[in-house]
Amino acid sequence: MTKKPDIDELKETARLLRCDIIEMLAKAGSGHPGGSLSSVEIVTTLFFHVLRIRPKEPQWPDRDRFHLSKGHCCPAVYAALARRGFFPRKDLWTLRQFGSILQGHPDCKRTPGIEVSSGSLGHGLAIGCGMAVASRLDKRDSRVYVLMGDGEIQEGSVWEAAMFAAHYKLDNLCAVLDYNGMQIDGWVKDVMALEPLREKWEGFGWRVLHVNGHHIGELVHAFDSFKDKEKKGKPTIIIASTVKGKGVSFMENVVDFHGRAPTKEQAERALKELENGIA
Amino acid sequence: MASPEMKMAREAYGDLLVELGKQNENIVVLDADLSSSTNTYKFAKQFPERFFNCGVAEQNMMSVAAGLAASGKTVFVSTFAIFGAGRAWDQVRNSLAACRFNVKIVVTHGGISVGPDGLSHQAIEDIALMRAIPGMTVIVPCDAPEAVAAIRASSEKPGPFYIRLGRPKIPIIWHGDKFHIGRAHIVQEGEHVTIVACGIMVNEALAAREILREKGISAEIINMSTIKPLDEEALLASAKKTRRVITCEEHSVVGGLGGAVSEFLGEAFPVPIIRIGIRDRFGQSGTPEELMKEYKLTKNDIAHAAEKLVKERPAPPV
Repeated sequence: MTKKPDIDELKETARLLRCDIIEMLAKAGSGHPGGSLSSVEIVTTLFFHVLRIRPKEPQWPDRDRFHLSKGHCCPAVYAALARRGFFPRKDLWTLRQFGSILQGHPDCKRTPGIEVSSGSLGHGLAIGCGMAVASRLDKRDSRVYVLMGDGEIQEGSVWEAAMFAAHYKLDNLCAVLDYNGMQIDGWVKDVMALEPLREKWEGFGWRVLHVNGHHIGELVHAFDSFKDKEKKGKPTIIIASTVKGKGVSFMENVVDFHGRAPTKEQAERALKELENGIA
Repeated sequence: MASPEMKMAREAYGDLLVELGKQNENIVVLDADLSSSTNTYKFAKQFPERFFNCGVAEQNMMSVAAGLAASGKTVFVSTFAIFGAGRAWDQVRNSLAACRFNVKIVVTHGGISVGPDGLSHQAIEDIALMRAIPGMTVIVPCDAPEAVAAIRASSEKPGPFYIRLGRPKIPIIWHGDKFHIGRAHIVQEGEHVTIVACGIMVNEALAAREILREKGISAEIINMSTIKPLDEEALLASAKKTRRVITCEEHSVVGGLGGAVSEFLGEAFPVPIIRIGIRDRFGQSGTPEELMKEYKLTKNDIAHAAEKLVKERPAPPV
């Protein structure tokens, strides 16, 4: 997918992914809408424009790697994988059910397109480092993308990986931070403040880009910039400012929807909003 | 009897890694600032492009290993047992084992024979921690040659392994040619009591057998180097024959070899068991010899337990 993106088409895809997420979670009766919705444009831009992947050949050796480090937001990725054709869309409606290929947190042994299982926070950046090293050792031009949550980077292991990536000059590695500002117990700034983030990452030797994480044009530009600056010896992080629960008025910035699925009525209201394009 | 040759298993591991690295370009080695102790420095010297020092960051190292394995690499990860099994347990469980990745965690400095460094560096819970993870193969070789054979065998079998080596020079007692993962080795046959041991305790068990022989007690010695999957068949056969079992390990009596053997026999064929191991205490500084004595892990402790079992606990009726 190296063609110039059709931004309107990507926006429409993002809207459809939001609808999928709401339907999946309402059917499942549990799960994490807030961070799934905040990451939709990031996931859309990656899966429908950036990533070089083959849905019918998930293990294609030259593929780009995507790893969802904030595993609880898998509904967004599952919806994208289904729309890209990794598995039938009907599987989406089995999310979190016994026997489903779509587990409550990503399971690479069950879901085509999931590279490595996740769910325990703070592992993903290091996993991405391993993939980036492997790509270099094999002399492939595969790039590695890791999506992290903001609460997640309170895990110390993230900063171990940040050091590793800079030390080994992993310029084929791009982290994306879904910076929605909220975590289970409230606002990130109140629970455990992260700022100044740009300075932290720059201090760790990273190239830092900052975008509006709901603006597909800005995201496309940032990913293009990452590819341009490849071979410059630095890993890249895109800090994407987002809104938790984005696209559904009564979920936006409501911490309770971090880990609570919408009721049937709430789902209907949400879908109506999404159909009317309020987002 | 001439005293046997002594060798550090970790030294042999370092040499083996170089050999494996020559045979297989796909092997990558990670260490966390302990390469001079674990001996991975030998591989690093020979194949600098395939060695990655992760610094003092074991959690990161385990997840990096997962990423490498996800891209098809065979990864060897080394550090001390306490850090590999303890510090990075969550990463080992969720990033490595849950994905069944082809990562061989070869740790050194297991148990109290670490000596003067004291309790912070003496892993006595690591076998329990690793054994509890679904699908993890756990091996504790008895000496350098068995370590080499076991690590070589692990490199030929996909999936996660935890292989525990010690710090000191230990006597060479294993003379096999091929290591069979999951198969117990009956070192000496006997009739009155079965002594199941792993690691450096196999040698102690053999010495205990001599003490027992003088007292008219015939002990069967099993080297249970693969603790998981446990060779249940061999264990059951021996327990049915002797109907008394002693387990010996340089580890807590909770959850290690003693735990594994007791759990299995408790279900399959209950017999009196005494577990030789560390009894709910932390280690401390001292020479390995002093510590083995303090924590009752010597041949005399084993022989004493076996004698007690034979004299005081009549074997249950067949």
